[in-house]
Amino acid sequence: MQNKAGIGTRTKLMQGNEACALGAIAAGVRFFAGYPITPSTEIAEDLSALLPRVGGKFIQMEDEIASISAVIGASLTGTKSLTATSGPGFSLKQESIGFAAIAEIPCVIVNVMRVGPSTGVPTAPSQADVMQARWGTHGDHPVVVLCPSSVAETYTLIIEAFNISEKWRIPVVFLMDEGIGHMREKIEIPNSDELKIIDRVRPVCNPNDYLPFDADKGDGTVPPMADFGTGYRYHLTGLTHDKTGFPTTQRPEVDALIRRLNSKMDKAKQEVTFIDEVLMDDADIVVFAYGISARAGARAVREARESGISAGLLKTKTLWPFPDEYVEEIASQVKAIIVPEMNMGQLVLEVERAVKGRTKVISLTRVDAEPISPDEILSALKGV
Amino acid sequence: MAKPITYYLRTDKMPHIWCEGCGHGIVLSAVLRAVDSLGLDKDDVCVVSGIGCASRAPGYLDFDTLHTTHGRALAFATGIKTMKPNLNVLVLTGDGDLAAIGGNHLIHAARRNINLTTICFNNSIYGMTSGQYSPMTPTGKMATTAPYGHIEEPFDLCELVFSAGASFVARGTCYHANPLSKLIAKAIAVNGFSFVEAISQCPTYYGRRNKMRDALVMLDWQKEHAVTKRAASRLSPEELKDKFIIGELGTRTRPEYTERYESIIKAATKETDDNV
Repeated sequence: MQNKAGIGTRTKLMQGNEACALGAIAAGVRFFAGYPITPSTEIAEDLSALLPRVGGKFIQMEDEIASISAVIGASLTGTKSLTATSGPGFSLKQESIGFAAIAEIPCVIVNVMRVGPSTGVPTAPSQADVMQARWGTHGDHPVVVLCPSSVAETYTLIIEAFNISEKWRIPVVFLMDEGIGHMREKIEIPNSDELKIIDRVRPVCNPNDYLPFDADKGDGTVPPMADFGTGYRYHLTGLTHDKTGFPTTQRPEVDALIRRLNSKMDKAKQEVTFIDEVLMDDADIVVFAYGISARAGARAVREARESGISAGLLKTKTLWPFPDEYVEEIASQVKAIIVPEMNMGQLVLEVERAVKGRTKVISLTRVDAEPISPDEILSALKGV
Repeated sequence: MAKPITYYLRTDKMPHIWCEGCGHGIVLSAVLRAVDSLGLDKDDVCVVSGIGCASRAPGYLDFDTLHTTHGRALAFATGIKTMKPNLNVLVLTGDGDLAAIGGNHLIHAARRNINLTTICFNNSIYGMTSGQYSPMTPTGKMATTAPYGHIEEPFDLCELVFSAGASFVARGTCYHANPLSKLIAKAIAVNGFSFVEAISQCPTYYGRRNKMRDALVMLDWQKEHAVTKRAASRLSPEELKDKFIIGELGTRTRPEYTERYESIIKAATKETDDNV
């Protein structure tokens, strides 16, 4: 049985990119703007077919910058909006991601990571955009970064990405990689009534009383957001602004805005931290991994157990805000933390920061466009 | 019955940032008179801009207003218009914002024929950064980045946009403020991509370096150099050499983008219903 979005309760075999598109529809996405780029193009192709079936709209824009800009514009009408790209396109989108951060416009940016820098290896996986995802746009800004490690996880995690983006009025970067994007796996598509879907909070006040950037009435973090065209008639700018939304260079107002925006990272941290613990109960050596590398980590840990090593896996699906308190707590309980990554060692820097010297941190890197193998992680586990 | 212009302004956000003698206020009031003449409800108008002097205009307007990143106003506006086709979406932009960094979005919005109205406040210079040459700076003129005189040719923006597929293009000036307003009203009423180039003056950063320090001298220049299509037809190429043509410069009827998309939705939902 198939519903209007082309989804239903059933077991399917599909690509990660396809799961991303279907998960987005389930999350309530009704607008996608993108530009063809390997290895994310299937997300655009799938949504060009799926969106009109649910009354949504797809547009292929003239470039990557136009795509993220159109997504932000569409989000302002109250529409959940998505764009998807890969390395070079992700670099191009950075300025507008900063606009979404300062103007607090919900949107999700998928980056199916490929080998860089520059054109690199377009058809091979990588995890080298971890730092760019956090710090790619200029200025202090908040951004949540999630990273799935399977096709099934892609489906559920993209829904979380939208929930977070809507609730916190924050851009969310969804870091897939070529391996997950193109891999075909079994997936059980959940029933729509099993899913928790969050929509942004809209103002209920009289339009004359609406202050678009006044967060004081809530928890001091996220102001309600009016849809364009609903009579609230407000102003949005990428300039630092006061509670009315109009530009300000008054030092206390600039300070208050930058601090409030960035406080989202701390306040949201607990509820946006998704970590799976595998064989962690009695583990004294831990593999801390994410995305495609966590798959090899899972197998390496099982095999290490067969050799009598008490290994465990922490698979984090949240890269930013980095779960530092969580890692700090683990650090005092284990002999070593191994961090396998398909880059020159990026998230390991955050692990080291959180561990504060309490235990040994081992960086395992691979940058030859091939995924890290379970054997590599296993020998690192044996070497501790 | 015309409403006073202040009805459409956020007067509490004034004074505006524009310099003495700047033409942008004249263009903006022409835009507002056009909106008023069409009887549009303030709740049904959305104004989008990029970065630069002209792009600060939306902040003073009592509509839903969006001041975006440099050059990208049309792309943001495309997202808004696609998801809310009933909104009248106006893009207010300058010659640098639109014709340089935003040039790609301009030709593609025109090609798509999406129902947006773009007003280019063309003062032939980057004013916000105090006087660098733009794609609309005439050859031989001085700018802070053309200290020996400008060696590039400017675009004919109207020709460019019409060639790219727009439904309506026109040019007006600050000197001809009322005809400009009528052109803008026509542009807004068109169902498709419409474009009005409004020749504005920047005495501070363009005039001062080019022997036109006085705004009135610049307005006189507009008066002397603008010719209507009909007057142009009677002039020789030699006489037309340093003139520019004002008025409606191109109209055509083409299917509009958001309407076309509705037909996709109709087809796709029918196909799905048939499958169920």
